Amino acid sequence: MKSTNLISGLKKSGLLVAFVVFLGAVSLTSDAFLSVGNILDVLRQVSITGMIAIGTTFVVITGRLDLSVGSMLTLLTVLLVDQHNQVGPLLAIVLTLAAAIALGAFNGLLVGYLKLNALIVTLAMLSFLQGLTLLYSGGSNVNIPNAQTTWFRFFGRSDMFGIPVPVLLFLGVGAIAAFVLTRTVFGRQVYAVGGNETASNFSGVSSARTVFWAYILSALATGFAAIILGSRVMGAQNTIGQGYELTVLAGIILGGTSMLGGSGSVWRTVLGIAMLGFIQNGLLLMGFPYYVQWLVTWVVIIIAVWIDLAGKRGRVLA
Amino acid sequence: MTMNTGAQSRHTNGAVTWLFRNHIWLFLGLAIAIFSLASPYFLTVNNISNVLTQGAFIGILAVGMTLVMIDGEIDLSVGAILALSTALAIGLQEQIGVWPAVLAGLLSGAALGFFNGVITAFSGMHSFIVTLGALIGIRGLVFIYTGEDALMVQDFSYTEYAEIYLGPVSVTALTFFVLALFFQWVLTSTRHGRETFAIGDNIEAAHDAGINIKRHKIINFSICGTMAAVAGILLSMRLGTAEPNAGKIWELWTIIAVVLGGTRLTGGFGSMWKTIGGVMTLAVLRNGLRLLNTPNYVELMVMGAVLILALLLDRVLSSQTEAR
Repeated sequence: MKSTNLISGLKKSGLLVAFVVFLGAVSLTSDAFLSVGNILDVLRQVSITGMIAIGTTFVVITGRLDLSVGSMLTLLTVLLVDQHNQVGPLLAIVLTLAAAIALGAFNGLLVGYLKLNALIVTLAMLSFLQGLTLLYSGGSNVNIPNAQTTWFRFFGRSDMFGIPVPVLLFLGVGAIAAFVLTRTVFGRQVYAVGGNETASNFSGVSSARTVFWAYILSALATGFAAIILGSRVMGAQNTIGQGYELTVLAGIILGGTSMLGGSGSVWRTVLGIAMLGFIQNGLLLMGFPYYVQWLVTWVVIIIAVWIDLAGKRGRVLA
Repeated sequence: MTMNTGAQSRHTNGAVTWLFRNHIWLFLGLAIAIFSLASPYFLTVNNISNVLTQGAFIGILAVGMTLVMIDGEIDLSVGAILALSTALAIGLQEQIGVWPAVLAGLLSGAALGFFNGVITAFSGMHSFIVTLGALIGIRGLVFIYTGEDALMVQDFSYTEYAEIYLGPVSVTALTFFVLALFFQWVLTSTRHGRETFAIGDNIEAAHDAGINIKRHKIINFSICGTMAAVAGILLSMRLGTAEPNAGKIWELWTIIAVVLGGTRLTGGFGSMWKTIGGVMTLAVLRNGLRLLNTPNYVELMVMGAVLILALLLDRVLSSQTEAR
């Protein structure tokens, strides 16, 4: 009994402890690491992945996957930047978010209502949206010529109260998402569907509808991320979002949200994404080339998830 | 629904059922027919030889992926393993000679596959997580080894191995077909194959029946890693260079090919024949669309649409079989 308590206690805080140890270790080798400026820098760097991950967390908790967010980010950013030049920032943002909702609804329709395999559907969308991006842009890069004067620069390039706006957006949306997930009926339905789909259907929670809305949230968050990214870069290449889906998933997994659904939280995702950011930043400050972080990420994911799982079940079949 | 028809039509009925169950061949036949009509260059020996070679790289990855998927698992790391074996096979040639380098490449794939299998089997983590980590980490290993630059083979006679042809069939394509047929035999005629199906179909029942689940999963992941290395070696022979970004997102094309063929992600159902069909359909689509000079985005969009279509078709058909 005692050891179970110890393990479950470690499970809850183990990740945090490991994270703090890591932060301490890196700060010994670099004075700059734990400075306010650097911390804000890291948070700004992870704000785009983090924003997406907050939305995708809903999908993962329902027991599904969304691999299309990277391609979706590309498409939405290209759309946003191009429309910014044509119809102005405000309309472009409205258009981008509307497109995001439509794409999410399409994913949700196929996975939620038609009950197709989420991995394959979103994989197909990954490919399809890449094509759609090229069709839209004609293969050329887009950029915003009046980057210094447009108010659109607010989202990615300015500060408020000394904090970068992307960080405020990231944490703000995170707080709202956490509220929705823990304090609303919809949030409880998301957990219910991921925990036991059959039981939730029998108790009157439509799993199809819940999954449908989870995908819309995932896409909407990707739309917000596109606003930050477009404003930060003031342009978009046709590959700008490539690979984001992997980082997003890595962050969610690292946070300890189960891929089987039914458990997880927004703050865990934020923590996981922030950990990835600090690992990357710390290794760079220590003088390692950027690709060493990938190797470290691999090791950290396996150790973190294994510890997490060992705490959750006593006996593991297969 | 069609079971009530008279005995005289049972024969044609069987053929139709077979085609429905193996609908990938319908797709493939349709694709070949369309492209033959649309382009005079499609049905030439030269082009078909090209299609076979181009498809074979994804094909060899797909052979391993099929085994892992029948087990109810997935391997996202095959593209990264391919890149590492390519880099080792080319990079080590100067120090240890051509064939030892090739062997080192193969062993790296086997070892990483084994590692994925061990972690998956013993931790209880889903293989999606384990191999997603591996996909990111192994790519890091590749970059650490190559230092971001493409490695170039010193002795270009190495690239001549890729030019060996048996009639119109390149050594790469031949390797794919031989491996696919061999592992089809393994699947249907060995204990390991049968138990792989049993595990994917119902893991608890397999466990209760005394099947060593961990062992079979580890074997299949090891095979999958080795297949990725084989594809990597063949790629290194064909290109003569090792790019650190080689094989990027090939794991996705591989999954697409296998699922298109009709092997189920949920495990317990599939075959190498289906995978050959899926791989060839994908290769024909890519080749045909390029012959027709369609822009790149058409290929990407068609691929996505075909995949969802295949999934819908599979859904309709499997609900029919369940109803019986």
